[in-house]
Amino acid sequence: MSSTVAAVRSRRRTGGATLGLLAWLAGIVFFLPIAWMALTSFHSEEDAATNPPSFAASLTLDGYREFFGAGGGASPWPALTNSVVASVASTLFVLLLALPAAYALSIRPVKKWTDVLFFFLSTKMLPVVAGLLPLYLFAKNTGLLDNIWLLVILYTSMNLPIAVWMMQSFLAEVPVAIIEAARVDGARLPTVLARVVAPIALPGIAATSLICFIFSWNELLFARVLTGVVAETAPVFLTGFITSQGLFLAKVCAASLVISLPVLAAGFAAQDKLVQGLSLGAVK
Amino acid sequence: MTATTTAPVAAPDVSTRPRQPSARLRAWATRAPLLPALIFMIVVTQLPFVATLVISFFDWNALYPDARHFAGLANYGDVLTDPDLRKSVWTTILLTVAVVLASLVLGLALALLLDRRFKGRGVVRTLLIAPFLVVPVAAALLWKHVLYNPEYGLLNGLLHYVGGPQPDWISNTPLLAVELSLIWQWTPFMMLILLAGLQSRDQQQIEAARVDGAGDWQIFVHLTLPHLRRYLELGALLGSIYIVQNFDAVFTITSGGLGTANLPYTVYQSFYQAHENGLASAAGVLVVIGSIIIATFALRVVSSLFREEVGRA
Repeated sequence: MSSTVAAVRSRRRTGGATLGLLAWLAGIVFFLPIAWMALTSFHSEEDAATNPPSFAASLTLDGYREFFGAGGGASPWPALTNSVVASVASTLFVLLLALPAAYALSIRPVKKWTDVLFFFLSTKMLPVVAGLLPLYLFAKNTGLLDNIWLLVILYTSMNLPIAVWMMQSFLAEVPVAIIEAARVDGARLPTVLARVVAPIALPGIAATSLICFIFSWNELLFARVLTGVVAETAPVFLTGFITSQGLFLAKVCAASLVISLPVLAAGFAAQDKLVQGLSLGAVK
Repeated sequence: MTATTTAPVAAPDVSTRPRQPSARLRAWATRAPLLPALIFMIVVTQLPFVATLVISFFDWNALYPDARHFAGLANYGDVLTDPDLRKSVWTTILLTVAVVLASLVLGLALALLLDRRFKGRGVVRTLLIAPFLVVPVAAALLWKHVLYNPEYGLLNGLLHYVGGPQPDWISNTPLLAVELSLIWQWTPFMMLILLAGLQSRDQQQIEAARVDGAGDWQIFVHLTLPHLRRYLELGALLGSIYIVQNFDAVFTITSGGLGTANLPYTVYQSFYQAHENGLASAAGVLVVIGSIIIATFALRVVSSLFREEVGRA
């Protein structure tokens, strides 16, 4: 009896080891394009464009120098600055609008608060192309075309539903009893918010901000249609990056990596709450 | 506790007894924090859509603004009969279904692998999430130039080692090329949702089934899959909502050529390049109708998960 149990256990253990190996293999396969992108970005253009691929070619920073305009190309800094402004400002606006809304949907809920919550969610399901043309015509007629602040407003509307949902679920985790107790002890609302609610909800608020930042940073369609020379963002810059006829692989890899770095950093920082944000708070 | 529950209950009385302004005031004070966000959303998202709806009934080419006139449903007729536009409807469906299904199946396999304990699980999880965290345009460029390039792309480079063929991926199978890059980006998303589903399983129930002699496969089919059903639905629906709208990959990898133009790209092209405002709006409205159909189901799934969470709390 005990020997069969041991046999089953050891079979399960070797099975587990195989599956662990399989998981590692899958992880490597999925990561390979990114690893290759990183390696290529440090190769010279000649070494980047060989078949079979040159894995062990000497490393150089030329791709990065080219990307930052050393070869006479356009400097990426205006586009990067625009992206930072659009992402950071829209995230701040989102917080400003979403925090009070989430408060009114969780800690002191209004009547029919679930209906309101679902209204926010339904706006997220309205595709971007639904309003693109009127927004374009509006921007053209009011002189807001190629103005970064128009993108800030649109990115705020793009992220607000997600933020309201996430923050609602984070604020709902604050026990009502603690708030009541603080109130009974004579604490005023600002004090309750700062001393009781904030410490519990802060990690969630931080994760929400990072996710809003990612979505704004990635956005292409609005930026492509509504900006031009002045307000161009990093993704738009990237689409217009390949104009030369020569070799450009290392340059493109360097550019893609630099522009993705903020998203990779924000994504890994918000890893634990990523699912909750992406599933609009439905999955915890 | 009583203080918070009595306030909303007292509110309905206000309408019958208007002499109590303080209660009404209090109800508005409760609503006030909500209003800025609500008004902002209505103005920025709903008004433009209403405008799209109105424009969709006009024959309006931006290059001939004087010839603008009311055309009734003519644009919808054009969209539905124009072979190019019809094709883009079909392409949108094909692209969305293929990407969602493939990334769901792959995501499920990866989630199951990650649900067990093994050495370096955290590292593998990080490696697997990374594709989702590459800027979509950058990911599309990466696939187009660095992987698919027929002369020096990595795919043909690796095929070279095993003496395989050297296909021109994008020219031969353009839609598949776009789909593969999207599957690579969206599999991590599905994996994360399904992993969360797996980890919310009732472990005691599984142990009990194991004690009763159920094998791994039986447990998977009879316990795990039914539990995962709603997570699978949620992943499929959210994935559909995002991928129906995809613009970045189509725009970057094929520029809508070779039969890969989906509806968002067609809408973009018909007003940004062809200046056909009325036609573009009609196509946009059709995308919205499609999204509403998907969204109705999505909202139902989210709301059932949501009520369960609220019920549990």
